[in-house]
Amino acid sequence: MAAPKIIVIGGGLAGLAAVIKIAEAGGTVDLFSIVPVKRSHSVCAQGGINAAKNLKGEGDTTYKHFDDTIYGGDFLANQTPVKQMCDAAPGIIDLLDRMGVPFNRTPEGLLDFRRFGGTLYNRTAFAGATTGQQLLYALDEQVRRHESEGKVKKFEGWEFLSAILDSKGVCRGIVAMNLRTMELKAFHADAIILATGGVGAIFGKSTNSVVCTGSAQSAVFQQGVYYSNGEFIQVHPTSIPGEDKLRLMSESARGEGGRVWVPRTPGDKRPVNSIPAAERWYFLEEWYPKYGNLVPRDVATRAIHKVVYEHGLGIDGQPMVYLDLTHIDRATLDRKLGGILEIYEKFVGVDPHTNPMKIFPGMHYTMGGLWVDFNQMTNVPGIFAAGECEYQYHGANRLGANSLLSCIFGGFHAGPNAMAYAKSLPAMEGDGGAAQEIARQTELNNKLINNQGGENPFKLWRELGATMTEYATVIRYNSGLKKADEKIVELLARYKRVNLSDKSQWANTSFAFGRQLYNMLELSRCVVNGALLRDESRGAHYKPDFPERNDEKFLKTTKASFTGQPDGPKLEYEDVDIQYITPRPRRYDAAK
Amino acid sequence: MAEKTVTIEIKRQASPDASAIWERFELPWRPGMNVISAMMEIAANPVTVDGKETTPITYDSNCLEEICGSCAMRINGKARMACSALVDNLEQPIKLEPLSKFPLVRDLQVDRSVLFENLKAVKAWVPIDGTYDLGAGPTQFPQQQEVNYPLSNCISCTCCMEVCPQFNEETGFVGAATIAQVKLFNNHPTGKVLKEERLRALAGDGGVQECGFAQNCVEVCPKQLPLTNAISDISRDVMVQKVKDLIRS
Repeated sequence: MAAPKIIVIGGGLAGLAAVIKIAEAGGTVDLFSIVPVKRSHSVCAQGGINAAKNLKGEGDTTYKHFDDTIYGGDFLANQTPVKQMCDAAPGIIDLLDRMGVPFNRTPEGLLDFRRFGGTLYNRTAFAGATTGQQLLYALDEQVRRHESEGKVKKFEGWEFLSAILDSKGVCRGIVAMNLRTMELKAFHADAIILATGGVGAIFGKSTNSVVCTGSAQSAVFQQGVYYSNGEFIQVHPTSIPGEDKLRLMSESARGEGGRVWVPRTPGDKRPVNSIPAAERWYFLEEWYPKYGNLVPRDVATRAIHKVVYEHGLGIDGQPMVYLDLTHIDRATLDRKLGGILEIYEKFVGVDPHTNPMKIFPGMHYTMGGLWVDFNQMTNVPGIFAAGECEYQYHGANRLGANSLLSCIFGGFHAGPNAMAYAKSLPAMEGDGGAAQEIARQTELNNKLINNQGGENPFKLWRELGATMTEYATVIRYNSGLKKADEKIVELLARYKRVNLSDKSQWANTSFAFGRQLYNMLELSRCVVNGALLRDESRGAHYKPDFPERNDEKFLKTTKASFTGQPDGPKLEYEDVDIQYITPRPRRYDAAK
Repeated sequence: MAEKTVTIEIKRQASPDASAIWERFELPWRPGMNVISAMMEIAANPVTVDGKETTPITYDSNCLEEICGSCAMRINGKARMACSALVDNLEQPIKLEPLSKFPLVRDLQVDRSVLFENLKAVKAWVPIDGTYDLGAGPTQFPQQQEVNYPLSNCISCTCCMEVCPQFNEETGFVGAATIAQVKLFNNHPTGKVLKEERLRALAGDGGVQECGFAQNCVEVCPKQLPLTNAISDISRDVMVQKVKDLIRS
């Protein structure tokens, strides 16, 4: 029997992790990516990766990591896979170390660890403040090695459009589009793994990269895969607002001692460094004495919102607060945070060694994603998912430095499971549905290129982003969510009149964007409708009209399925696996 | 008073075979604007300063935080990343051109896959036994990490290759980025097992000897890699390797 053929879509940490495992196990892999894989969004992760190695004599354990993760996620995550992830974490760090990740070291030459949000332990391994970049490169190098040995074939500059499903609804491959020639092509596989990352683009501006549109997730959602917990969107407390995007300012800035504050006097006109300590309000430290500046992200984000919008204490009346590192010596800052301080200085033009940074919350991460079982397979046989594009590891709120871990763990898990699945897969009949899927995609392409109308896709996208940011981020009201859904329905109607200003068939980026935009609109409805129906507050999902968590009704996973009807996705709920830790109230202002 | 505007001139080329033309755009100025947000604005309103309808610009970009290495181009003649090119710091009209040393795809997009091929040729990886759990990695002191980490910050933007007078078809020079990675992996306690192979890969035509010490690479590198330093270290190592191989043969 020939070796199983697996297609991996996405070359970030999760995708590369899956590729390596498949290549090692003797499978053959085609790796698809819009960008050269070394340029994937994982490079943006800054602060570090969690593992309870307990190298600081604090008595940390993987069980405590597990408990912090479940508690931080407000008990919405299924506990079995989270426990497996936390148990595997120390081994993953060792592996990354062996691969050559230049982690920061202690004087004795061991791995150094720092503190991150939502924990009281130094559990985060890091390589300066560019940990994601360093991890991605390590996996990229291993994949390049397998590639040079002929085990992996890369298709960089190809965009996934859809899965090929046979008459029994089993996945038999993918249809992808070459982003230079705009050619459509069917690729056969025994199983496929989506590792296509986040959905930031549906919010217009976010901390995500340009390719993080959620388009691939939405495509398979429209083909029958459940989309779960879409309403759980993480807004990172500290980002740098920009014209083109919101740039992340890592949680590690607070992990290394950074303090968040505002002047106690509204519109204080004095130069920032001359404001005396007594006239600065360190509101996180005051409200959350135990965790201080390192409360989980949802908590910190709401606190900043409150200070800015309810207390009216934003800097100069603007939606901004200070993140202050100026009390830490320059050498320490450069050794541990150099990369991010350089970003701030380059993009803002102010030196954060000597001046407090101005930051504000920005859309950062989706906890929700494609529904998968404990083997990382979706409800469509042969479609697997790993990394940010699936929903499994973070519940209602992700803890900092758990995403790099969940990407690698999910990929390591998905690869071998896809292999095992492929080995017992019955042979394909005919072309497995390839011709039919190519025909469907060709028709969609033709429609888009021939559309006559007055709509510009980039303008529709701006409207989508503004709507989603206004109604579906930090604070949510049912009235606003309804408005947002109506707006998306309007945009879907206007999409039919999109007239591309570029109708050429060579490296046509607006054409590719046009295809993504439709998928973004459909996916946005999962976020909005999931939020609308969840009348409670849990983790990152906060409704002032329903301020409490309601376990009786909503300790459940949301599962959205595509209907193709104007009413939008159909929502159902599934019980959460809580076999290890009994849910308890989540409070960071008091002992746990 | 007229609103403040930004003027940009972009060298456009519809395909590798098409001839290049320049288009001029005038855009509303916004605080904090960078070259990328200017091109996003053009995508939403693809009209030149003469009122002529045109197409959105094709260019590579992804992270917009100067860490993915995608958006390298020539801005006012200088190879650099478009995301960190703030409009307020640039002389106008801002002139955008594609990198000149790589095959053009369209507009500002070029094909830089040669770098990834070079990394393959020098085996820029640590040859681990496998990804199963084998316990902790080799002990490394912070002093070692502080040498390796800056080399590992290379974002593969290829600016160093663009500005190198020796990087051309005649020499086949691999360029500074690849040589820096050789130093990185030869420094690693496990990676150095392939040291001799890497040095031999850089010993012949197109190898480290092609460097003409123009030092442009180190000046242009957006991540301040110690590139000339790496080149001189590797030059020395290649020489030693050549002598060793000569004696052995």
